[in-house]
Amino acid sequence: MARRRPGRSRLPAPLLLIGPSLVFMTVLFAWPMVVGVAQAFTGDQGATLRYVQRMVDDAYFWPAMRNTLLLIVVLIPLQFAFALAMALMLRARPRFHGVYFYIWVLPLAISDLAAGLVWLSIFTDRGYLNSVLHMLGLQPYAWLSYQNPTSLFLTVLIAELWRATSLVLVIIVAGLQGIPKDYDEVASVFGATYWQRLRYVILPQLRPSLQVAMILRTILALQTFAVAQALAGRNFPLLVGETYYWYNFLQNPNVAAAIALVVLAISMVTAVGYLRLLRDRSPGAAR
Amino acid sequence: MTATRVRPPQPQVTAPEGDTGRARRARRGRAIALQVACVAVTLFMGLPLYLITLAGLSSRESLNRFPLSLLPTDLSVETMSVFLSSTGVVPGFLNSLQVGLYTLALSLLIGVPAGYALARYAFAGREPYQLFLLLTRALPIVVLSVPLAKVFLTTGLYDTTYAVTLLHTALALPTTVLITSAVFVAVPRDHEEAAMIFGATGPQAVLRVVLPQALPGIAAAAMFTFVMSWNEVLGAAILTLNQRTLPAQVLATLGDSPLAYRFAGGLALVLPAVVFIAVMRRYLINMWGTTLR
Repeated sequence: MARRRPGRSRLPAPLLLIGPSLVFMTVLFAWPMVVGVAQAFTGDQGATLRYVQRMVDDAYFWPAMRNTLLLIVVLIPLQFAFALAMALMLRARPRFHGVYFYIWVLPLAISDLAAGLVWLSIFTDRGYLNSVLHMLGLQPYAWLSYQNPTSLFLTVLIAELWRATSLVLVIIVAGLQGIPKDYDEVASVFGATYWQRLRYVILPQLRPSLQVAMILRTILALQTFAVAQALAGRNFPLLVGETYYWYNFLQNPNVAAAIALVVLAISMVTAVGYLRLLRDRSPGAAR
Repeated sequence: MTATRVRPPQPQVTAPEGDTGRARRARRGRAIALQVACVAVTLFMGLPLYLITLAGLSSRESLNRFPLSLLPTDLSVETMSVFLSSTGVVPGFLNSLQVGLYTLALSLLIGVPAGYALARYAFAGREPYQLFLLLTRALPIVVLSVPLAKVFLTTGLYDTTYAVTLLHTALALPTTVLITSAVFVAVPRDHEEAAMIFGATGPQAVLRVVLPQALPGIAAAAMFTFVMSWNEVLGAAILTLNQRTLPAQVLATLGDSPLAYRFAGGLALVLPAVVFIAVMRRYLINMWGTTLR
């Protein structure tokens, strides 16, 4: 559709327009990728698996892997149920929904580090939660102690649920707005209950939004790091946190690069997995 | 609008008096349940923000007491002012500001033309280009940060705000392109063509007719970029040593700083978010919700 005097420039206009971004992205993505692979797999005497070996042998690596995956598996379904409930509540247009929406999406602009510090004020030993427990005459609890792995996991989970649900909420609300009201009304005229309408009318049409949000959130959840860092330090190791630790404190960029590649591999596998899974099921269920 | 849950049509036609009363009561019951649920969610989302504000505005001495007071009985700016005067905090703030503005400018400079191309032209390679954008967005930041540190070390960019700017631009660019292309799609092509009929050249028509109309949307995209950069911590922490941004500074000193410092840091990082969402509320759904796909 190049309407603009085709003969004038030697390169087609769209290429000129996207060119800079293409060059920039290629340089900033492809170059580091090559360097990263080289960092992880080559040493002084050519190719080596030494750094990978060191990564795997490290006492924190497997716990970090376990925590990262466990966090995703528990967090994502909870988060989606929560966000969907919130979006449906807003859809019912309760009074003050403008205020509710504002407060519910606030964490959208809050960084993961800030979220960790916010919840630190609540969960720390002499923090607000223990203060409340004390006032109620209950025994304070060491929520963030490494001796209580379950509560440590729960605190990180709650902080992440608090911080990142608003992203899912915004995507779902946008998706709900795209659903024509007629479908829902027709279903209700024909006597469908709320749950039937949710299951057979709303959710199927929300599928594309949910799919995008799911992929995006999983990839972002894989990168969870500063929340756990602020709450628990290395007591709750996560893969990305380990990269930071190896790079900044152990000054070993090679092992850090190796862990980064593990994160990359997991995120690619999950993205492809989601696309497969969601595409295979869609033809029958969508309509 | 009748009740949300309507039974098969017949009862509605011959509904006796008592039935409508019951229906009204049921409706009110649902409305109350809805409000209760909304308030509960609002407490979960809002209470932590209240508490960090309270913690950041309490004096050090009152933060050492136990149990902590849940009411603002003892407000003071001491904790915040101690935080702001700690080494690296004000420079970190300025670095964050600088990186944010540079990132904003650079990503608009590179991203807006690409967004325009996506919106206005059907060209060979359009689909692969969009796929490329999606792919880059799916790449974890860590994967870039560690090798980029090495690249920047050899090119002399390490530990500068420019290094962080380049990383943040790379992260923000795909979103900038997608959002601005959505913005340009909304500007009618007729206006551009009309300007060209009246003798404007292509670039003139874009500059004088299309851009002014797209400006609010582009401003929204710019703010998202700024907030992304303001919040990003891992890459900034890996790419800098002395020229840390504010989050990187807070992260680096996390381990050996008193709780009061961390609470004050939390509040300082949260405040811009509150302002940002207040300004952007109108755009959130359209910008963030729809174009993120």
